[in-house]
Amino acid sequence: MDRNEPLAAIKSRRDNALNALVSGVPYIRWLGIRFDRRGDELTAVLPFDQKLIGNPMLPAIHGGVTAAFLEVAAIVELTWTAIWEDMEQGRIAPDAAVPDSLPRLPKTIDFTVDYLRSGLPRDAYARAKVVRSGRRYASVQVEAWQDHRQKLFAQATGHFLMPQNG
Amino acid sequence: MTDPIPEEQTEQRQRIARQFIEVIPHARALGMSFGELSEQGAEIWLPWREDLVGDPRSGVIHGGVISALMDTCCGAAVMVHPTGARSTATIDLRIDYMRAATPGQTIRAKASCYHITRSVAFVRAVAMDDDDSRPVASATGAFTIER
Repeated sequence: MDRNEPLAAIKSRRDNALNALVSGVPYIRWLGIRFDRRGDELTAVLPFDQKLIGNPMLPAIHGGVTAAFLEVAAIVELTWTAIWEDMEQGRIAPDAAVPDSLPRLPKTIDFTVDYLRSGLPRDAYARAKVVRSGRRYASVQVEAWQDHRQKLFAQATGHFLMPQNG
Repeated sequence: MTDPIPEEQTEQRQRIARQFIEVIPHARALGMSFGELSEQGAEIWLPWREDLVGDPRSGVIHGGVISALMDTCCGAAVMVHPTGARSTATIDLRIDYMRAATPGQTIRAKASCYHITRSVAFVRAVAMDDDDSRPVASATGAFTIER
């Protein structure tokens, strides 16, 4: 670590890498998911939109949207955690404009979602935690909330196959 | 007044279920179309689309899209079941991703209730692309039954 590295350089390195992970995926853009970053901590944000509705009577967010949002949060967190050290050391510099620079993504093996309360027609947030990441397999937990951080509306656990050879 | 005969009840239930599903904004936004909806279960198709891709290197559709398809299909199976739910919501859903769906091909999901109680439906689903012999994903879930 270089204690005297300019702050702007650190921020742009991390923001560029995160942007490369997220903006290159058409489906993440289609759902409208973005990521807030505080140091290495990521929060996935899903701004509400009419097309996310599953039950127009209530109304409530579609269960499939909730599952997809949590899976996106898990995959981005897992990839972010996996590239962090190489990115900080300058060994890789993912760039959205250079497809070959993008890290390979883990593959979902299975994903289980608990629906704790119905998703309200407003913004949703999610944070994922890599519980265990080995050379081949990883286990990730995700929590999602809306108005209250302590009142989760969904949580999930997933297992992933890590990309081989970078 | 006499009770409607069972056949009419079945038709009415299937019509209500179809209406319930066809007005789901997210299902429409994803481009789902609805196949068979009967007491045996539900079938839904989802054509491949560039903006649903999860891995730009391969063009494979995102797992989240499969989740949305499975969830909708399982919910539809609950709605058409003879138990006659007025509405339903997902309690939990597990998806196993067996292989990547082939880019460009329509994904077909089929779901059925394998057990049902007064308040809970246990549902299974499978998703296929053009290769019928190898499923893309399978799902199991528990759904509420609103009466």
